[in-house]
Formats: sequence, structure tokens, C-alpha cells
Amino acid sequence: MTNYELILPILLPLLSGIILIAFWGRVNAQRIISAISGFLSVIFAVQLFLTVREEGIISIQAGGWEAPFGITFVCDTFSATLVLLTAIVGLAVILFSMVSINKARMRFGYFAMIHFLLLGLNGAFLTGDIFNLYVWFEIIIISSFVLLTIGGEKRQLEGAINYVTMNLLSSVIFLTAIAILYGLAGTLNMADLSQHIANHPNRGLVQTTAILFFVAFGIKSAVFPLYFWLPSAYHTPPSAIGAVFGGLLTKVGIYALLRTFSLIFIPDPFLSNVLIAVACLSLLSGGLGAIAQQNNFRKLISYLIVCHIGFMVAGLGIYTEWALMGAIFYLIHDIIVKTNIFLISGLILKIKGTVNLKKLGGLYRSYPKLSFVMAIAIFSLVGVPPLSGFWPKLFLFEASFTNQEYLLTAFLIFGSFITLYIMARAWVEIFWKPSEGRQAMGRPFIYFDNMRILKKWVLVTPIVFLTGVSVYIGLGAEHIVQLAQDIATNLMNPEPYIEAVLPKMNK
Amino acid sequence: MMLRRSLVKLILGLILLGNGANLLIFLVGRLNSEQPPIIPADAKMLVEAYADPIPQALILTAIVISFGLQSFAIVTLKKVYREVGTDDLDIIDRRDQQ
Repeated sequence: MTNYELILPILLPLLSGIILIAFWGRVNAQRIISAISGFLSVIFAVQLFLTVREEGIISIQAGGWEAPFGITFVCDTFSATLVLLTAIVGLAVILFSMVSINKARMRFGYFAMIHFLLLGLNGAFLTGDIFNLYVWFEIIIISSFVLLTIGGEKRQLEGAINYVTMNLLSSVIFLTAIAILYGLAGTLNMADLSQHIANHPNRGLVQTTAILFFVAFGIKSAVFPLYFWLPSAYHTPPSAIGAVFGGLLTKVGIYALLRTFSLIFIPDPFLSNVLIAVACLSLLSGGLGAIAQQNNFRKLISYLIVCHIGFMVAGLGIYTEWALMGAIFYLIHDIIVKTNIFLISGLILKIKGTVNLKKLGGLYRSYPKLSFVMAIAIFSLVGVPPLSGFWPKLFLFEASFTNQEYLLTAFLIFGSFITLYIMARAWVEIFWKPSEGRQAMGRPFIYFDNMRILKKWVLVTPIVFLTGVSVYIGLGAEHIVQLAQDIATNLMNPEPYIEAVLPKMNK
Repeated sequence: MMLRRSLVKLILGLILLGNGANLLIFLVGRLNSEQPPIIPADAKMLVEAYADPIPQALILTAIVISFGLQSFAIVTLKKVYREVGTDDLDIIDRRDQQ
């Protein structure tokens, strides 16, 4: 039986991307097609999610070649959740960018690139083959290059140099790691690898490969020593693009880390310690970096990405079911909230003409309802109790405490306090401080005030929608906890995953 | 070469590194000559040791991908050069800080 649900989230963005290229230069047609495709992908993702929840892990062998010879696509709860989140974020960003991205960018294939990016993300989440994962990563980075440089502003290009170089480097390292892994095990199927590597006699080489993978994915997800490209690149493109990058691109690195390290390289004490140390330092350096960024709101949240990646790596480093659950919950929460914060920064830019904290202010007076929505998003990022950021942090604290990683606990608490401090300060600067009027922008620039009512709604709706999702994650936490726990159990015990991919090998 | 300040040398370094990775795949793929993985007409399966065909497929994919990426990188760097007027990374960096 073929599971078409599984392949739809990949085919849909591919098709719509191609169709969008056919509509090159016709902006309105592109907007409509993108929106339709965005809605459809949410529907497909929900369908996939429900199927996986009901029937368990589903898989499909490309071209009918049995694993481990053919390329496998496999979807467990973890993948399905991430595909769903990608679709939600994708829809929100597409809607937001219909108004916020200027026409010149749209004419040069902005929407097509967003769809190719989503294609790459879905592919990476669904593939069961490590080389295929590499190919999806390349699709992701090439479309992100274009998105980063589209428009060709000077500062965008300068940010792009770092970004392009680091990503090319990371894919070469990834490729090297795959090469060694193939040499060790003679297979590329992740489920098959899991069986081969677990009993491989040459532990030293296995560990080296694991570190290589960690470096490759670490560059993508911007962990401690490898994060410096991120703050210099993420704040340069328009905020809708920043939202996809901040919400999803770093997270795909985390997904790959979680997947490979739970399936192929089970962390031993040494690896665990490395991961925990990296997590601590990411929390520290991301937090301090954000404090040092006094003025630029978007640069500030870029550093916070680094800081919060620390939480997830910490969960992987502890490697107990409880900790993984915390990490996964955090991942779910972070994708939604980070995207939302970036979109909010875009909205602030539209209202005020700047994201410089010193020049902002008085937003609460002029837009009380909007400020309330933004407040919810900001507080969920901080993790004020009933909101979504609170629960995963609680799990992670508990997990690190019960595993006698007291230093890590200290760093985790430090990370949350820094977030609290920074967001509180940003809140005061943006919303409470008396207004200084808006900044004049040189280019043709439509302020939020002067927009037509429909456009205003198109800008505000995605933010309200994402805030609603994060409120649900917070208030309906028991569902998410259940989900995260299932995922964590699956990650800790990969046998069902392996069986779903290789039905005959275990007989 | 990736540590040099010149953008052109940066690209050259990246290309070299990519080729190195491709060669590595070849090496770890248990290379041996004159044993093509082709099943003779009168047999059902391969009996003797044979060269693994997968590394070739991997390298081919990797080459195609890196070709695309590198050409994009070169165009980007050219654009940067035209906008900024220098190919010295230090100078670009200093402007970035301001």
C-alpha cells in the first residue's frame, strides 16, 4: 500500500513553486496561488498528522525499491508534528508577506523561493535516508541564499557572505561525515544505519563521525562556537523572511541532531558531556550577545535564537526521556513563537519605520489591542506560567536537576532570566516609553496607518493566528505534553521506526 | 584558503574543500578496479566481489549540487564586490559594524 498522505507535503510546495515560476512577474496571481497552496498544505499536514497518530509510523519506498536499497520516506509522530508546524508557519508567513514584502522582491520570485524552502524543510523532516537528508538540506540552503539576498540591499549582501560561506562549509562537513559513515556501515538508510552502527567495533571512528555530524548540524542550528554567522545575517532581510529563517531553519538542524543522535549515535557519556557543555555556552553567549545589542530589536532576537537553541541541545545532551520531552516541547513552542516575534518586529517596522529600540515607543498608547496580542507573544517567549514557554523549561529544569547536572540547571535558569530581562526591556522601550514620532524612510514605504483596512488585516491576522496557537500550546499543555512524550518515547526506543522502514529485515 | 581575507580565495578554498569531500567518498567506497557491478547475461546475481556503484551516484549528486551552490556564491560575491567596491573581508566587516 502506498501512503499518499506522506508524499503530498513534499509534492505540493514543489508544484506550486513551479507554477509560481510560470507566473513570473505577475504579482497578484502569485499572491493568490501562494495563499491557496499555503492553506492546502495546512490541510494536508493535518491529514498526515492524524493518520500518523492513528496508524503509527508510515513509510514509503521511492520507486518501489525495498529498503535499504531505495530511498525511504518515513513519517513518525515527530516528523508529522514538524511538518504540521512548518505548514502553519508557512501559511502565516505567506499571508504576512503578501503585504509586507515589496513588489520588486515578489517579481523576482520571492514566493516561488518560499515554496522551495518549504519543500526542502518538509523533505528533510520526512526522509529516512541520510544522503537524501543532505540533498534536502542543499535545497533548503540554496533557496535560503536567494531569499537572503533577494532585493540586493548592501547590508543584505554583506550578511550573505558569512551566511553563504558557513553553509557551504557545513554542507561539506556533512558530506564528509556521510562518506565516513558509508565507509563504516555500507548503507545510507537511517534505520539500517542504526542497526549497523550500534554494533560496530570501531567506536573511535564512530565517535569522530558523530562529532562531524554535530559540527555540520551545529552550524545549521547555530550552537555555541558556530553561531556567529547568524546574528550578522538574520536581521538583514525583510522580517517575513527572517521569520521563516528564525522559526524553521535553525530548527531543522535541531531536528537532524535529534534524529541522528537518537537513531544512529546513541550519546555515550563523552558525547553527552560535549552536548551539555555546548548547550551551556550557547545559553551564555546568546544571552550575553542579546544584552550587548542595546538597540536593534531584530539583532537582539537573533541572539535570542542562539540562546534558546541551548535549551534544546541541553535536552538532547541529558538524553533521558524526560529531557527529550522537554526539548521537543521547546522545539514546538519555539518554532511558533520565534516566527511570531519576527513577524511582530516586521509589524513594528511598518508602524514606526524603525526597529531601533531607542527610537521606538508609545505603541501601547496608539495600538492597545495590538499591543496586547504582542504582549502575549513576548510573554510566551519568556515563559510566564500559563503560556507556552513555561512548560518545556520546567521539564528541562527538572530533568537536569534529577540527573545531577547542577551546572546545566544554573545555565538554563540564567538563560531564562536573560530572556526575561531582555524582553521586559524591549517591552518598556517599544510600548511604554513616550513616543518620539515615527522615522522617515527614504524608499517608497507605506506606513501601517496609511494602509487600506484589508491590508491591515492581512498583516495582523497571521500574528493573531500564531499567538492563538502559542496560547493553545500553553493552555492545552496536556495535549502537547502527551504528544511530546510519545515522540520522546519513540526517539528513545527506535525499534518501531526501524521496523516500519525495514519490515523484512527483522523477520 | 578560506581564512584569507580575499573573497576570491575564499571561493577557491570552498571549491577545493568540496572536491576533497568527493574524493573521500570515493576512497571510503572500497574502490577496486575491473569489477564492474554488471550482472552477466547468463547469471541471476553477482557472485564475485564487485565495485560498489553507490559512491559514484553520491558523488555525481554532490558535484551537481556543489556546482549550483558555487555558481550562486560566485555571483553573490561579484555583486558584493560591485556594491562595496572591495574584496577585502576585513573592510567589509568594518563597515558592517558601523
